Amino acid sequence: MIKRSFIGLTKPLLKYEALDVKTPEPSVIQPSKKVTLFLNKAFDFKDKILFKIGDKVKTGQKLSYTENSDAYVISTVTGTISSITPFNADYGNTFTAITIDVSENEEIDEQFSTLVKEPTIDTVKDCLAFIPGNLPAGLFPSTDTSPPIETIVVSGVDRDLFITTNQHTVRVDSKAIKHGVQILKQITGIDNIIIVSSDHLMQDAGLSGAEVRVVDPVYPASLPHMIMRDILGQVVPAGKSCEDLGVAFISAEAVASLGKAFSDGQIPFYKHFNLIKKDGSSTLISARIGTPIRDILNAFDVTLNEKDRLIMGGPMTGTAVYSEDFPVLPDTDAIMVQDRDNIPIVSDYPCINCGECVRICPANIPINMLVRFLEAGQYEAAADQYDLYSCIECGLCSFVCVSKMPVFHYIKLAKYELGRITTAEATNA
Amino acid sequence: MLDHKKLIVSHAPFWHDGSSITVRSYHTMLAAMPAVFFGIFTYGMPALGVVSLSISSAIIWEFLINKITKRTISIGDGSAALIGLLFAMLLPATSPWWLVITGTLVAVLIGKHIYGGIGGNPFNPVLIGFAILMVAWKDYFDFNEVLVNYDLGFAMVYPLAAAKHLGTSGIEAFSTMDLLLGQQSGGIGATFGLGLIIGGIYLIIRGFIRWEISVSFLAGVGVTALLFNMSDPSHYPSPVFHLLTGYTLIGAFFLATEDSSSPVNFIPMLIYGAGAGVMTVLIRNIGSYVDGVVFAILLMNLINPLCDKIRPKALGKVM
Repeated sequence: MIKRSFIGLTKPLLKYEALDVKTPEPSVIQPSKKVTLFLNKAFDFKDKILFKIGDKVKTGQKLSYTENSDAYVISTVTGTISSITPFNADYGNTFTAITIDVSENEEIDEQFSTLVKEPTIDTVKDCLAFIPGNLPAGLFPSTDTSPPIETIVVSGVDRDLFITTNQHTVRVDSKAIKHGVQILKQITGIDNIIIVSSDHLMQDAGLSGAEVRVVDPVYPASLPHMIMRDILGQVVPAGKSCEDLGVAFISAEAVASLGKAFSDGQIPFYKHFNLIKKDGSSTLISARIGTPIRDILNAFDVTLNEKDRLIMGGPMTGTAVYSEDFPVLPDTDAIMVQDRDNIPIVSDYPCINCGECVRICPANIPINMLVRFLEAGQYEAAADQYDLYSCIECGLCSFVCVSKMPVFHYIKLAKYELGRITTAEATNA
Repeated sequence: MLDHKKLIVSHAPFWHDGSSITVRSYHTMLAAMPAVFFGIFTYGMPALGVVSLSISSAIIWEFLINKITKRTISIGDGSAALIGLLFAMLLPATSPWWLVITGTLVAVLIGKHIYGGIGGNPFNPVLIGFAILMVAWKDYFDFNEVLVNYDLGFAMVYPLAAAKHLGTSGIEAFSTMDLLLGQQSGGIGATFGLGLIIGGIYLIIRGFIRWEISVSFLAGVGVTALLFNMSDPSHYPSPVFHLLTGYTLIGAFFLATEDSSSPVNFIPMLIYGAGAGVMTVLIRNIGSYVDGVVFAILLMNLINPLCDKIRPKALGKVM
């Protein structure tokens, strides 16, 4: 954990992990017994689900939820479906969790290989939404009302500290990225594709054929809103998303997966991510999507004790999960394990107005005032007067808070609650 | 699922830089130590008694108020102890016990707890306690009167009182070096200029106080005093004299910088600090009080919320 420096006058400098010059080969881990896949659709037993417990599935087979639903997952192993359960994630998101018992003989589903000849946007939508790195849905606007995407930013930098996934892809898979960029151009018709990378990987990024821009190696410069401001010179208005301005962000890994899918005729299912151990060391790992975290921890002899913390993602923006059975997802960039002795506990102390958060906030939000409103549940006033929607969700405010307030948590809660109010108003109108 | 380990689940971020209110309070107290020890060496046991009583009574008041209001006991954060220490630093060494105890009660209760405790106070609690006492028992704060029995080898006249009543001719005895090294009468922890400056620089470097406030406060005092001095050198003392006497230095580094009652944005910090500095000299040179730091800072505390509205535009804000 990075502590406050002795000279507290200077701002803390959180540098992104730079990929080692030697470019470590990721350790490949195979799922031992089963994998779990999350289908992005709330489970309802009344629905006519197209698959059932006991079904045999092949690697690469598409599992659609119902006839008239777009939701699907791609099986990453060959085996038998052993359970289908609802899964409640954070912020009220619900998924259908499909557990597949892995069988020994692997069979590859042939459906996709028949489609690779002519890459079209429908093929990508129908088969590749589940590839490692996650293709953002915003890339393919579904309705005519949302503004068209004009620029695609390929992110060759990683969102959070300690992570090297995208950097590794840029370093090793430049051919696949190049192919992926071509496919993106072909299927979307968008010519303006930019790749952002860190300074030391500029040359590798240049091989992709996209326009290269360099991102500062200091957190939070690689967050989409920061890239929008610093690289593209466009400030995202408060409450709007990058897609609203016609810019879609896609990770380098997803572009490489896209390229590989079409060159190999097979849907890729190995996700690269970093395992951040209790001592803070970080290892690059390659595992099938759906592999339970338990298998990964076992392979690296990481013991997880009672009251430890397991985090999907990096230390600033990740999500804590409550079970070792949680699987690797298409957008899992890191798995972080924190020892219970190293967990900083939040407190119920009030804001003392020291101003640390105000000075570190990259979005110039008056957090000292905002947090007082959020504590009192005055979310609307917070949004109207104190710039709640300007927040780019970097988490630095909580990181530096002298009172150890969960500031970032308050902000996310407020946005969620306001979102619910707006939805309720829209439905009742 | 009985073998499931119970993991801690919480919201991001999962790191913290390790700062805390306790560390802040104790380091502020540490920074005050040179000046406090100097005061104790100068005035002897009575000074030690006042400091000890002030700190302990402030902690006890905080504890009792916590108990009565049924809140978590908050004496561990060091805020009460800091209030006690700073309050003692302003007092003369001869202050009677009841004055100290009343003062800390007013500071902790009226200064801090009736507004909801730490972080909620619109005024500096120490200054609230001190100002109420100063108005109520004026004689106990007249340094010429209360320190009359001390003979410490330098002019035992309160420099600001001398300047006020006699003009510059009354303060010829004080050289800059003497003032800096604490050869002047005054509050227990307020006379040793060098010690306060060292403490202040320590706090600034460690980031426990905001340098903008201290620097602009001193600049406000200096510039205003210089203007007065230029207009009538025989009547108004030099800026250096104003900077090194009374509560100027303790005000700049320990009082004006109190977190809750001071602004956090850059321009407001400058306005707040400079405003308090200007007011200090105005009260000293024109007003009826000998020293103006206490009321000047309280006055600027009052405009702090309004002042802090001047802030940079948030990212993506349309208006």
